[in-house]
Amino acid sequence: MPVSGSNRQSGRGADAAGNGTPVSAKMVFTINSDHDATLGVQQQILDRVENAGFAGRELFGIKLALLEAIANAINHGNKKDPAKHVHIEARISPKKIELLVEDEGPGFDRRGVPDPTADENLEKCSGRGILLIESYMGRVWWDRGGRRLRMVKEHIDSR
Amino acid sequence: MADSTPPVEVTQEKDIRVVEFTNSRILDEGNITDIGRTLNVLIDERANPKLLLDFHTVDHLSSAALGMLINANNRIRQKNGQLRLAGIKPQIMEVFEITKLNRLFRILPGRAEALSSFAQ
Repeated sequence: MPVSGSNRQSGRGADAAGNGTPVSAKMVFTINSDHDATLGVQQQILDRVENAGFAGRELFGIKLALLEAIANAINHGNKKDPAKHVHIEARISPKKIELLVEDEGPGFDRRGVPDPTADENLEKCSGRGILLIESYMGRVWWDRGGRRLRMVKEHIDSR
Repeated sequence: MADSTPPVEVTQEKDIRVVEFTNSRILDEGNITDIGRTLNVLIDERANPKLLLDFHTVDHLSSAALGMLINANNRIRQKNGQLRLAGIKPQIMEVFEITKLNRLFRILPGRAEALSSFAQ
């Protein structure tokens, strides 16, 4: 169950000229370190992403990246500690998706993560989440010592 | 919230166990654990297991699912068995290519080709 399903949606509708400027909706969630608790949150976000016009490979990739980011936050960041939370934000517009996933763990250094495609790592059962996130999202970066992950995907037809 | 539907349907083609996923999304951990458990039972039940995993219903999968497949592959190889993957849709195939797991698994376009590819 989400600790707080604060689905705050801040944004603006049509501008003063009534040009129907796209609304950028921001969604904010704080959830327990429980995979089941994340399913509803992921679906809410992805419904908005799809409604914003993302489809096909883009939608597939955003879905996978979000799932992997949350799984990493729970499993590796929070070490599945039920007392720790995952903070998720999504800003969605027809031109761009911005996702933020933050855990309450000790942080990590991206440079220390082994390449899962190296021969010696290919048969390992884990370690591919970051590779998939970076493969499908346009920009990916960490701050706050590795506890906060930000991902951006711009619609390929955006100008 | 557990789904009472079994995660896979298992059939037999000669001495080959054919596993078809019943959920189009092999994503959540509970589902993956159930599938992994089922595969382990199938692998353990005979000496040189032959297993075909049919992905034609699968639209999404996660890295945790890939880990489950690698574990199955490792167990089958330990028993001198054979594993084939078939019916993988292009978006899922891209995941295998990005992770270079297309080099680890024997992947065939369809079930018929996969069944023919097993060594006797």
